Amino acid sequence: MREVAIIGVGLTKFGELWDVSFRQMIVEAGAQAIEDANVDGKQIDAMYVGNMSAGQFIRQEHVASLIADHAGLVPIPCTRVEGACASGGLALRQAFIAVASGIHDIVVAAGIEKMTDILTEQTTEALATAADQEWEAQIGATFPGLYALMARRHMYEYGTTEEQMAMVAVKNHHNACFNPCAQYHMKITVEDVLNSAPVTYPLKLLDCSPITDGAACVILAPAEKARRFTDTPILIAGSGQASDTISLHDRPTLTGIRATTEAARVAYKMAGVGPRDIDLAEVHDCFTIAEIMAIEDLGFCKKGEGGRVTEQGETALGGRIPINTSGGLKGKGHPVGATGIAQAVEIVQQLRGEAGKRQVEGAEIGLTHNVGGTGGTAVVHIFKRGD
Amino acid sequence: MGVPRFWREIPNRYNLIGTKCKNCNKVFFPPRYICPNCRRVGKLEPYKLKGRGKIYSYTITYVPSNGFEDQVPYVLAIVELEDGPKITTQVTDCDPNDIKIGDEVEIVFRRMGEEGEEGVIYYGYKARKI
Repeated sequence: MREVAIIGVGLTKFGELWDVSFRQMIVEAGAQAIEDANVDGKQIDAMYVGNMSAGQFIRQEHVASLIADHAGLVPIPCTRVEGACASGGLALRQAFIAVASGIHDIVVAAGIEKMTDILTEQTTEALATAADQEWEAQIGATFPGLYALMARRHMYEYGTTEEQMAMVAVKNHHNACFNPCAQYHMKITVEDVLNSAPVTYPLKLLDCSPITDGAACVILAPAEKARRFTDTPILIAGSGQASDTISLHDRPTLTGIRATTEAARVAYKMAGVGPRDIDLAEVHDCFTIAEIMAIEDLGFCKKGEGGRVTEQGETALGGRIPINTSGGLKGKGHPVGATGIAQAVEIVQQLRGEAGKRQVEGAEIGLTHNVGGTGGTAVVHIFKRGD
Repeated sequence: MGVPRFWREIPNRYNLIGTKCKNCNKVFFPPRYICPNCRRVGKLEPYKLKGRGKIYSYTITYVPSNGFEDQVPYVLAIVELEDGPKITTQVTDCDPNDIKIGDEVEIVFRRMGEEGEEGVIYYGYKARKI
């Protein structure tokens, strides 16, 4: 297996981008990444695109062809990868495998979702298809509702509070203020979260990540060739993916995501590092409780202590292990298929020292964590400076 | 949901018919078609669940999915059944603020929703506090 490096990144503005189309967004992110990597389009061998549901959001399937076409990359192989909200992370992993195996050299891993071309209720319904349609959704379970079931059980078993969950949103909105691409540049308080509209107890509106348009792109190369393109290659040191039951009710515990723990175990082993070696992480905070569970499942604190370490500021910028410096899904926005790639973009910028006011000083090793549905899919990547 | 997709699951939804593996005695609901523990050596057969259990976790939903608008706020729960499996179900006939983890419930037959004025009426199971 060859070592693999990221040599270029691109990211569109995240938000409600009514004046920009699906195809415009992917071209913008791709062009930025190609410029950043200093590669010629002719050098690109293959492309993987994470996209959850263009079929539901813009009634367009076969987006791999559409993207290769509009990116001017025809006839290279282009493959769409789907794992609900983990689609982007899976696309990155497929690109990694393609380069590591030696099948391809220069590979694009992209992610995109265009979510605001339909009504909010339709978007919400489309997102709920990440859950079991027949035995969860048809019963009346919403997607936030399933995370609320996890939150309520976490509160019951570990004493996690609604205030601690609110602090995740407050922190991530704070971080997003330093990210030019973030959907929100708006600080919020714990009271704002607690007083926001109830969605599904114990989750309020500001516990939930927003509906977002956006695209992200990274370009991978074999590490031995990466220096031809960049002075600051970032190595993908570890990659892990795991699955779990699609329905929440079929799992032995609701207070963590087993697929995260398993994907992390594989990624840590491949990278030869442990949780204590990680300088910063982008985790899947689709809901505030999800970040609390993620930092536990990834080993950054003990099970049950995620709320407490958040309250103590350990996950804030300048804290022991800064989490979601980009603003996370909550503050930066969550264009579902793009999220896994956007997380990698943030870690690359941080490890290069290009993260501006949200820079984690001396960051050497970063981690991304991307979840599909309620945890039926999870993917973890570990990145290291390559210089 | 299309009519056949609902119709073929009527035994399960109306009468709480799951499956039980004769090899490991584990009960599954919703039904499974291969035992995930025993795989090829497993043997699944239909099994009617007793329909009693305890609330394992719950949420009170204020923003519903399509088709559930007239029911808000409603309690959605994961119930741990005496037969083993946990299921996702609404809790009916209750004050949403009076639900606790550990409450004992029984599964009852209820109207779940309908497809417009002339469409299919969906029936199924909900939980009720004992």
